[in-house]
Amino acid sequence: MIDSVVVVVVQLVLAVAVTPVLIGVMRTTRARLEGRFGGGVWQPWRDVRKLMAKEPTRAPGSTPVLTVAPILLMASSLVLCALIPLASTLALESVPGDLFVVVSVLLLGTVALALLGLESGTAFGGMGSSRHMVIAALVEPTVLLSIYALSVPAGTSALAAIVQARRADPASLLNPVSLLAIFALVVVVIAETGRLPVDNPSTHLELTMIHEAMILESGGRDLGWLELGSWLRLTALLGLVANLALPLGIGQDAAPLTLVVGIAAVTVKVLVLGAALAAAEVFIAKLRLFRVPELLAGSFVLAFLSVSASYLVF
Amino acid sequence: MTPLALAFNLVDAGLLAQLLLGALAVVAAVTVPARLRNVLSGSLISVAGVAAAVTGTAALLGAVGTGLRIPVALPLAAPFEPLLLAPDRLGGLFMALAGAVVALAALFGIGYAHGPAASRTGWTAFAVFALGMQLVPAAADAITFLLAWELMAGGSTVLLLADHASRGQVRRATIWYAVMTHLSFLFLLAGFGVLAAATGGTSWATMAGGAVAAPVATLAFVLLLAGLATKAGLLPVHVWLPRAHPEAPSHMSAAMSAAMVKMGVYGVLLLTLRLLPDGPRWWAIVLIALGAGSALYGILQASVQADLKKLLAYSTTENVGLITTAIGVGLLLRSSSQFAVAGVALVAALLLAVSHAAFKSVLFLGAGSVLHATGERDLDLLGGLAARMPWTSVSFGVGALGAAALPVTSGFVAEWALLQSLIHVDARADRLLAIVIPITMGVVALTVGLGLLTFVKAYGIGFLARPRTPAAAGAHEAGPAMRAALVLGAVLVVGLGLVPGPLSQALAGAISAGGVSTTGGAGLLLEAADAVLNPVALTLLTLAILVPLVALNGVLARRHPRRDVELAWGCGGERTSPRMEYNATSYSEPLVRVFRSSLQARQLVDVVHHEDAPLLVEQMTFTQETGDVIEDRLYLPATRWAGRLGDLARTVQNGSIHRYVGFSFAALVLVLVLVALR
Repeated sequence: MIDSVVVVVVQLVLAVAVTPVLIGVMRTTRARLEGRFGGGVWQPWRDVRKLMAKEPTRAPGSTPVLTVAPILLMASSLVLCALIPLASTLALESVPGDLFVVVSVLLLGTVALALLGLESGTAFGGMGSSRHMVIAALVEPTVLLSIYALSVPAGTSALAAIVQARRADPASLLNPVSLLAIFALVVVVIAETGRLPVDNPSTHLELTMIHEAMILESGGRDLGWLELGSWLRLTALLGLVANLALPLGIGQDAAPLTLVVGIAAVTVKVLVLGAALAAAEVFIAKLRLFRVPELLAGSFVLAFLSVSASYLVF
Repeated sequence: MTPLALAFNLVDAGLLAQLLLGALAVVAAVTVPARLRNVLSGSLISVAGVAAAVTGTAALLGAVGTGLRIPVALPLAAPFEPLLLAPDRLGGLFMALAGAVVALAALFGIGYAHGPAASRTGWTAFAVFALGMQLVPAAADAITFLLAWELMAGGSTVLLLADHASRGQVRRATIWYAVMTHLSFLFLLAGFGVLAAATGGTSWATMAGGAVAAPVATLAFVLLLAGLATKAGLLPVHVWLPRAHPEAPSHMSAAMSAAMVKMGVYGVLLLTLRLLPDGPRWWAIVLIALGAGSALYGILQASVQADLKKLLAYSTTENVGLITTAIGVGLLLRSSSQFAVAGVALVAALLLAVSHAAFKSVLFLGAGSVLHATGERDLDLLGGLAARMPWTSVSFGVGALGAAALPVTSGFVAEWALLQSLIHVDARADRLLAIVIPITMGVVALTVGLGLLTFVKAYGIGFLARPRTPAAAGAHEAGPAMRAALVLGAVLVVGLGLVPGPLSQALAGAISAGGVSTTGGAGLLLEAADAVLNPVALTLLTLAILVPLVALNGVLARRHPRRDVELAWGCGGERTSPRMEYNATSYSEPLVRVFRSSLQARQLVDVVHHEDAPLLVEQMTFTQETGDVIEDRLYLPATRWAGRLGDLARTVQNGSIHRYVGFSFAALVLVLVLVALR
């Protein structure tokens, strides 16, 4: 019990500390590849600190959703970081990081953002919210099927147990079932966190933005929570993919040494994965919104193939 | 006296109390003057509902009554056993469910019913409907079942007609409802007739005990399923739901959607678990296909509706579809001898039924409260209600969370159990399972995703942002009785979600499934799936994270307080009119495009040009109609053919007395010729 609480606290602190750096690394990578200098690795951290010290504004007639939604998004992202095995596969006994629980906690954050977009009462907010929810709805089958495929060999839906089983059997990492599922999962992460080619995180072009449109009316502290919360989602999901694809270095208990190794491993993995994602983003353009369903349908087919293969081939 | 002996009396006494209270409610509705009628009739029906809930719960937990015999001699030619009211455990569950929903709906009705719904006929019809619905699952034989079924159908049809004088579409809706509900009855009658003839009795016990030949069993299954699916609102016989639910008075819609369609589900369970438990595998596949199709189609239609009550009606088709899918998966797994996981799937079906009853009551009652306050149920004309109707909007929000299957509501627990049963199927040795189960999983997941969108839309467009019309701006909070019903319902949605362990254990008892137990207080442990869900612990974990976060936010808020500005980010402009907001139609526009082939929305853009300069646009109107493909392709041709047959009949029967005399003469000659030939 104490051990798993330690793991949870460590993962939370780790996630909050690594996240701004991850975003900084991704932005810097992209800037350098595009021939710009960029704001530096620490710029996101400075941005959040600045936003936290600014007053938020409120239009007359707005509801508490304006204040509650950013905190809810932040809380959902933090719970996600607590439940996903990042540094260690030791899970809380009463709340094992069950796949479906993790997905629904993720969706709580999605819903908070979508409601915030609608609350602003502008055309942009509604537009972003509508697109955001359509993508979230279409991504859902792939999310569940791809992790389902990975859970079949492990015989459980607890993420920690899946990661542990994959760690114990390195040969399973390279079989087609696992590769297909991981690929589908990467598409899911891209769609859920609003990266290219689904959404451009650095755009402010009115007609193409999704995430930015929803948070357009927020400012100050509210915006700070929103930014940090969305970044944390990226960290948590990248961490999950990294640990599923390559469960190397992740600890199985809360001993100090294994924890340190686990922290170092997951930090390196997440940063490398983030940099790779940013590098890939340089070479692709944003998809038209109505082409996104095709991408998601493609990833669904991969996930489906991977599930049937896991039954029929193995 | 032992507790068991007490319980013996509880079931019988409870049944008797329901009958008495129901009769009293009818008397009250007829005799009491108008100003007291709402309070008195509503409370009596509500108390009868509570009695049903208590009786049902006792029966669910294993109490057995001696049964109430109805002393009626029916002139029947078929083998015929006495009419008996004696709920078994499964029946007890559905009786409790119906009773609880009726109690909430009647409580709401005290404040809500007005005009024709508050008339003598209105309350009498509601009392009859409620009593019939509570007795359907108590029936221990087919005749009692059908009698109660018809009480339920008759009462609801009358109440549905309440507003027919003021709104023309109510009449059309009632005709659809009456036709479908009686088709359902005919199918049931035929199906039970086949079973009774084959087994030589009308009681469940005799029917279940008799050996039925496979073709006869299949005939009975198909007939009964057709009847039950019509009541449950499954595809393709769902057409009455999106018509009848919006037009009925809202407390009635809640009772119909949350409880009445569940009687169809009860029938399916009774049929497949008790009467014909050893059906072939394709029965299960039929159920899964029906259920998955209904779930996906229902939620897709719901997501593009702008009418709040129509949206909820389509979402009922979705939820019943999910329940049927879960039942189908359970039966399929039973036929593959995976009994433990099959039990989980069936428990998931019951959890879905219970949670749907809770959240759909709240949602329909919430919609009723909105309708009461604004006179509108078109989301495109609402907005900004959260500030004006705090109680309604919080309760509706909780209901929407449940419908979207988010933690920690009962909807989430049910969905979780269904998904757990799906991923723990052992499909390695079985090609059929290896194909059916992943497809089912995909359909369920897409349904969940679209459900999320639907309820974000319903809540966000209806309750948040700024009011789009003066009617919405002038909304007022509901009265105390309506508020009480809403809050009680919302408490149920969350409360059932917090104690999934004991709840699932009780449900597992109803279908004698094992492998479900309570862990860590009230958490749910599925032994077959080796999966734990402890919503209380999850809530505590969330609170442990949320409380410091809120505290930090509070500290920051004290240092840099929030500032009210007329226009947050206007760049010197003025705040745009609420007409610029996204509305329900525009919210689902991307979805209409993505699924255009199955939704077939008709969009009409009407442009009025400027008189002097034809290139300038003076006014533009956009209207969108989302049709029902199934209705267009199936029902329109069917009614057209029926009409043509009628026309043909008219050429034979044209009213001319000469022709009729001619017919008689021809018939006489024919008979004489036949006799002569022999």
